[in-house]
Amino acid sequence: MSPTNAVLERVTRVPGVRGSLLISATDGLVVAERLMDGIDGRAIAALAASLIQRLVRATAGAGMRIPTFVHLRGHTGSVLAAPGRNDLVLVALAGADANLGLARVEMLDAVGRLA
Amino acid sequence: MRALEPWVEAPLQTFLTESSARLILLMTTSGQVVAQHGFSRSFEVMTAAALGSAIVASTEELARIMGASRFGAVVHGGSQQSCMLSAFGTPRGRWIGLVVFGSETSIGLVQLFFDRLVEELVGAAPREQPARAPLAENFEHELNASLKELFGR
Repeated sequence: MSPTNAVLERVTRVPGVRGSLLISATDGLVVAERLMDGIDGRAIAALAASLIQRLVRATAGAGMRIPTFVHLRGHTGSVLAAPGRNDLVLVALAGADANLGLARVEMLDAVGRLA
Repeated sequence: MRALEPWVEAPLQTFLTESSARLILLMTTSGQVVAQHGFSRSFEVMTAAALGSAIVASTEELARIMGASRFGAVVHGGSQQSCMLSAFGTPRGRWIGLVVFGSETSIGLVQLFFDRLVEELVGAAPREQPARAPLAENFEHELNASLKELFGR
């Protein structure tokens, strides 16, 4: 298993996480994904990258450092994103019952390991 | 935005709003313009349509030689702006979309909303047969009429 797939596997194993993917922040394209059937990885990559790009611009405009972790909470679940090096962003989709604390720890650890 | 066929306008406007694309040109595979947004001069449109349809024809032939099915899209990435060319089937024949976009959006977003545009166009297209191809003696008149429609003058 490649290091990238190992990272996605670790995040996806967290209870309640429905999938994870590594995306390119600039292009909004999927680099690698591990998602449940029926989840459109392309749409998540494009929209999550756009969100991250805008947040980075907003925080830079406010004189703050770029976000290290983004949690977007909805009625039925959450989108979690952790920007990493080389324009990569680790994204996870979590259900309402997910262990978000563990997912956060795993994602921050995983994104730190990505070259 | 200008469109030769009114049913194209709503899906195209939605695409422009959602994707933040700067320019778009919809044309047939023979280079006949169906709709455009962002171009200011008619010769730019005609040149872009001719070049776009030629590029798609070249890449489709390249795919055929390589034994592959058609390429989904051709993307030219630039430092200031990028360009995506993609051919798709509609009930009115095979069309090509040429989209120019800048750093305010991304190729992922443009492709995502372009796919939705294609779905909406296919759903909105009238099912009757397209108008017959213009005869050679009417071609110049038809071309001028189309350009007037596309540029409002």
